[in-house]
Amino acid sequence: MEFAELIKTPRADNVVLHRPFYLAVEGTLCLTGHHLIFSSRRQDNAEELWLLHSNIDSIEKRFVGSLGTIIIKCKDLRIIQLDIPGMEECLNIASSIEALSTLDSVTLMYPFFYRPMFEIVEDGWRCFLPDEEFELLSSATDEWRLSCINKEFSVCPSYPPVVIVPKSIDDEALRKVAMFRHGSRFPVLSYYHKKNGMVMMRSSQPLTGTNGRRCKEDEKLINATLRPGKRGYIIDTRSLNVAQQARAKGGGFEQEAHYPQWRRIHKCIEREGASVLVHGTEGTDSTLQVTSLAQIILDPRCRTIRGFESLVVREWLQAGHPFQQRCAQSAYSNSKQKWEAPVFLLFLDCVWQILRQFPCSFEFNEQFLIMLFEHAYASQFGTFLGNNENERSKLKLQQKTMSLWSWVNRSEELSKFQNPLFEANSLVIWPSVAPQSLQLWEGVFLRWNRPSKFLDEAHEEMISIIKYNKELQAKVNALRRQLAQLETVDRMQENLRHTQLGIVSPLGSSSVSKLHTVSAEAGTLTSTQLYG
Amino acid sequence: MEHIRTTKVEQVKLLDRFSTSNKSLMGTLYLTATHLLFIDSSQRETWILHHHIAAVEKLPLTTSGCPLVIQCKNFRIVHFVVPRERDCHDIYNSLLQLSRTAKYEELYAFSYNPKQNESEQVKGWQLIDLAEEYKRMGVPNANWQLSDANRDYKICETYPRELYVPRTASKPIIVGSSKFRSKGRFPVLSYYHKNKEAAICRCSQPLSGFSARCLEDEHMLQAISKANPSNRYMYVMDTRPKLNAMANRAAGKGYENEDNYSNIRFQFVGIENIHVMRSSLQKLLEVSGTKGLSVNDFLSGLENSGWLRHIKAVLDAAVFLVKAIAVESASVLVHCSDGWDRTSQVCSLGALLLDSYYRTIKGFMVLIEKDWISFGHKFSDRCCQLDGDPKEISPVFTQFLESVWNLTEQFPQAFEYNEAFLLQIHEHVHSCQFGNFLGNCQKEREELKLKEKTYSLWPFLLDEQKKYQNPLYNADFSPELTLLEPNTVSFNFKFWRNMYHQFDRSMHPRQCVFNLIMNMSEQNKQLEEDIKELEAKVKQRNGQSSAVPVKEHQQSAHPAPMALKTPPSFKKEQPLIPVNDAVRTIEGSNTADNRYSEFVAEFSKAEPAVVSLEYGVARMTC
Repeated sequence: MEFAELIKTPRADNVVLHRPFYLAVEGTLCLTGHHLIFSSRRQDNAEELWLLHSNIDSIEKRFVGSLGTIIIKCKDLRIIQLDIPGMEECLNIASSIEALSTLDSVTLMYPFFYRPMFEIVEDGWRCFLPDEEFELLSSATDEWRLSCINKEFSVCPSYPPVVIVPKSIDDEALRKVAMFRHGSRFPVLSYYHKKNGMVMMRSSQPLTGTNGRRCKEDEKLINATLRPGKRGYIIDTRSLNVAQQARAKGGGFEQEAHYPQWRRIHKCIEREGASVLVHGTEGTDSTLQVTSLAQIILDPRCRTIRGFESLVVREWLQAGHPFQQRCAQSAYSNSKQKWEAPVFLLFLDCVWQILRQFPCSFEFNEQFLIMLFEHAYASQFGTFLGNNENERSKLKLQQKTMSLWSWVNRSEELSKFQNPLFEANSLVIWPSVAPQSLQLWEGVFLRWNRPSKFLDEAHEEMISIIKYNKELQAKVNALRRQLAQLETVDRMQENLRHTQLGIVSPLGSSSVSKLHTVSAEAGTLTSTQLYG
Repeated sequence: MEHIRTTKVEQVKLLDRFSTSNKSLMGTLYLTATHLLFIDSSQRETWILHHHIAAVEKLPLTTSGCPLVIQCKNFRIVHFVVPRERDCHDIYNSLLQLSRTAKYEELYAFSYNPKQNESEQVKGWQLIDLAEEYKRMGVPNANWQLSDANRDYKICETYPRELYVPRTASKPIIVGSSKFRSKGRFPVLSYYHKNKEAAICRCSQPLSGFSARCLEDEHMLQAISKANPSNRYMYVMDTRPKLNAMANRAAGKGYENEDNYSNIRFQFVGIENIHVMRSSLQKLLEVSGTKGLSVNDFLSGLENSGWLRHIKAVLDAAVFLVKAIAVESASVLVHCSDGWDRTSQVCSLGALLLDSYYRTIKGFMVLIEKDWISFGHKFSDRCCQLDGDPKEISPVFTQFLESVWNLTEQFPQAFEYNEAFLLQIHEHVHSCQFGNFLGNCQKEREELKLKEKTYSLWPFLLDEQKKYQNPLYNADFSPELTLLEPNTVSFNFKFWRNMYHQFDRSMHPRQCVFNLIMNMSEQNKQLEEDIKELEAKVKQRNGQSSAVPVKEHQQSAHPAPMALKTPPSFKKEQPLIPVNDAVRTIEGSNTADNRYSEFVAEFSKAEPAVVSLEYGVARMTC
C-alpha cells in the first residue's frame, strides 16, 4: 500500500489552527504518511506543529458554509481545531487523517520508517537483557535458575524466551505447570528482596475450574520458593467474587489446603515479612501493576532512571503486557474495543503519586513519566510496538526500528528528565494511600487545559535555587581546601626550617598525611556548618 | 482551678485516628489550667490548648478502657483511651468546663505572659497602624477625608472610630444614611486604588423593605460615585444570593432599588450565609474524618459538602469586584446583610488581588487588621471564644484564608508568605492566646483594655518570619498595584489537606520540597557569607606566604572555574541504612503508623544529607 493513495489533498493553505490559551494562527497544513504538519507563515514567529497520525484518537468535522472545521483529539489528551477553507479539501483531509491514524498493519507504523538524526551511543535494544538481571540475582542467591524453556515461545506465547524459576523445578515440570495456568503463564520470579531473601513471583490464574482441578507440579513449584516454616501470600488482584466467577470459565484460584504454607488474599495486601505470588486473571495487567509498584516502593534501584527503564522492560515489555492492544486508542476514541485499557497510564499515575510523596527519592522527574506515557501511545520508536516478545521478534523490531532507550539515554535527553532534588536513599518508601493524599495528575490530565506559566516559572526558580546551592557549596568546599593547603604549606615551611636547624623529621609522608587530615577536617566542618 | 479534679492520668493510650491496625502510643495525660498535655513513652509532647477544644466526647467503655475523643478548632482530633472510667469522667467534665469560657477575662490571652516588658507590649500593639495604611493608599486626598462622626462610637458601635468617607458626604448625610442601614453600618471606604482613583466601599444592607427610601443614603452613594473622577458609574455588589436578599425585604431590610439611586449598577454575587457555611464545613469534616475512607466516598463527600463551591463563590465575587476597579475604574460598594462576614471576605480578597502590598507578610497583617478586625468581623461569635449561641459559629475567616491559599497555589511566586503563615494565623484566631482577635468589635476591645492586658500576635509572627517566608517569592513578579487575575475554573480548587489534616502526619508527603527549598534558600544566604569570609582569609594567607613560590599554591590562588561537582575527598557518602523487615512494606494499603518515626530516626542517625525527610508543615505551637 502506498500512503499517497490515502492522501488526496496533501496540502491546504490558509488553514487556521486553534489551541487553548494560544491565539489562533494561520498557516499551511501538510499531510505526510505519518505526520500532520502545520506551519505558520508569520515572519516574526514562524511556528511548526508536527503531529503523529498514530497520536490521533478521534476526529470530528463540522461545516459552516464552505468553511470546514476539523477537531482533532489526541491520545496525549490534547485537543486542537483546524479551520480549513473549502469543503472538498476539508473532507479529503479528514478522511486521510482518519485512515492514516488507524492503520491496520504494524509494519506501516512510523517506527519502521523513522531514521534517527542523532548519534547512537548505546543501543537500547541491547540494554536490560535478562542475563544481566540474573547475574545480579546470582550474587545474592543460588536458589534460582535461568530457564530457556520458552526459547521458541513454544511453552508460553506471552513470556520472553528466558525466565527465572526455582532451581529445584526442572523444565519438564514447568511444562506441566504451564498447562495448569491461564495462557500458560506459569509462576516466575519477579523480584528478589536481597535484604531478607523474600521473593515476589507472578503468574496467571490457575485453571482449577469448578471441580477443583489440581496440579502437583504447580504446588511443588510454589512451595519450593519458601523455606521450611515460612509463610507466603498469594495475592489475587481480583475480588473474591470475581475470582469465584472465573471458575465457571475454567479459571479459578489456589485452594489453601493444597498450598499449606500459603495464604490467599484478595485485593488488600497485608503486611508481614513474607514472600508473595501475585496474579489476576491473565497476569498481564493488574498483576504487573502490583509487582512493579511493589518494586518501586522496595527497591531503590527502580527509582533511578536506568532502574526504572529496566523495570518497564522486565515487568511490562518482557512480561507480556499487550501494549499494542491496550494503547490502540485512548480516552477520546468513539470506537473502543474491549482490549483497550489505560493500564500502563494507571501505573505511571501511581508512580507519580509516590514521586509526589517522596520528591527526593527519585532520580527522574514528572516529565520522564509523561514521556513514557506519550511513547506508549504514539512514538517514532519501536519499543512499545507489539503485544509481547514473541510478536516483537517476528516483527524484527530490533533490526528494523530504533529503541526508545537509545534516544532517552543520551545526556542531552537525560538532562531533561533528571530530578534536581534526587538524593539516593536505600529506604523502603511507603506511600500514603488515603484518598486525601492522592491528587489529580495535572501534568497529564490538565496539561492542555490550563495555562501553566506561573507554575512553570516557579518551578524554574526552584531549580535555580537548588543549582545555586550546589555551586555555593562547591565554592565553599574549594575555598576551605585551598585554605587548608595554604596552612599546610605554612607548616611545611615551618618543618623545613626545623629540619634545616637539624631536627629530624620524616617530612615527605607526614606532610602528605597532614594535608589529608586538614582537608578532611575542613570537610567535616563544612558539612556540620551546612547541615547543623 | 476549681474545674480540675484529676491533674494526671497514667497509662493513657493515644490512638491514631486513621490507623487500621489500631496502633497506639502509651503515655501520661496532664491537665493544666490552660492546656491538656500528653507525653508519650518516648517523651514526645502533644499540647492542646483548652480554647482550641471544639467538642469533647466520651465513647462507650471498651475492654481496654474508656475512649475520649477531643475535636479541636484547628481540625486536630485526638482519641485517647483512659484505663479507668472514673479518670476519664473527671477529665471529660474538666475539659467541658475549661473549654467553655463565660467571660473574656478568663481567656488565655489574659494570663499569657511572653516575658515582654511594658514598652515592648505597647510597641507590639503599635506595629500595625491603620492611619498609616490609609496614607499609603493615598487618603485623605482631594476627594476622601477622615470623618470624626463615629469618634465616640455614637453612629455605629461595630465600626472603628476612624472612618474615611467622600469629602462631599456631610455629617447629616452620614447620620441619615446610617439610620437607613442595618446596625448603622453606613458606606465607608475600605480600599482606595490610587492609580484608578476608584474605591472599594463597604456597608450593610439598606432598610428598604419593599419601598422605603432614604435621601441621605442616596446622597451618600452619589458622593461615593462623585469621589471617583474616572468613572461616575459605581457598582453596588450584594454578596448574598438574590433569594436571601429578597426574603430580607419582608423584614424591612433588603437591597438597593436601582431606580432610586443615580448611576449605580446593582449586582448579586450569591455567597451563602453563615449557617450554610457552617453546615458545609461540618459535612466536609465528617467526610475527611472517616476511617478507611474510599476514594469514591471522599470525592463524592467533598462534592456534596459544597465546601469548594463556596470557596469558589467567594473568589468569584472578589474577581468581579477587581474587574470593576481595574478594567472600568469604577468604584464598588460591597455589602451583605450586616456587612461583617461576606463583605469582609470580598473586600479583603479584592484588595489582595489589586494591591501587591497585601501579599507581603506585613501587608497581610494590615489587611486582616483593617477589613476583619477593625470593621467588626465578629471573631468572638464566629470562633466561639465564649460559650454562646452555636448558631453564630461559622468558618467565615477560615474561608478567607483558604481562598488566599488557593491563590498562593495558582501564583507560587506572588506571595511573600507561605502556607505555614496562613495556618499559624488560623491557629491563633482560635487560640485566644493573643488579644488581636478577642471580642467582636473595636469598641468591645477597648472596653476590655486588651492593649494593656494582652499582647499582639503580629510582632511574634514578625520575629519568626523566616518560618513564614516563601522561598520562591519574587518581589519583581508583582510590582506595586499589580493585579492578580486568578483562574476560577472549578478544577483549580483543591482540598486543603494541610489545613484539615495538619496533624494527621501519615497523610502528608514524607519529603517536602517546599521546606527543602526554604532551607536551601536560607542556607544559600549563609553560604554567601561563608564565601566572603573564606575569600578574605585566603587572601590574607596568600599575602603572608606570598614569598614562597609553591606551584600548587599559585594554582589555588587563581582557582579554576568552579565545577559543580564537589572534589572526591569531600564527596559525602550516601547514607546506606539497612531497613529491617523490609518486605513488610509490600503491604501498601495503609501507611505504617509508627513507621514514620523509625524512618526519621534512621535518617537522622546518618550523616546529614541535603534531603531531610519531614512532614508537609512546620509544627505549630499550641
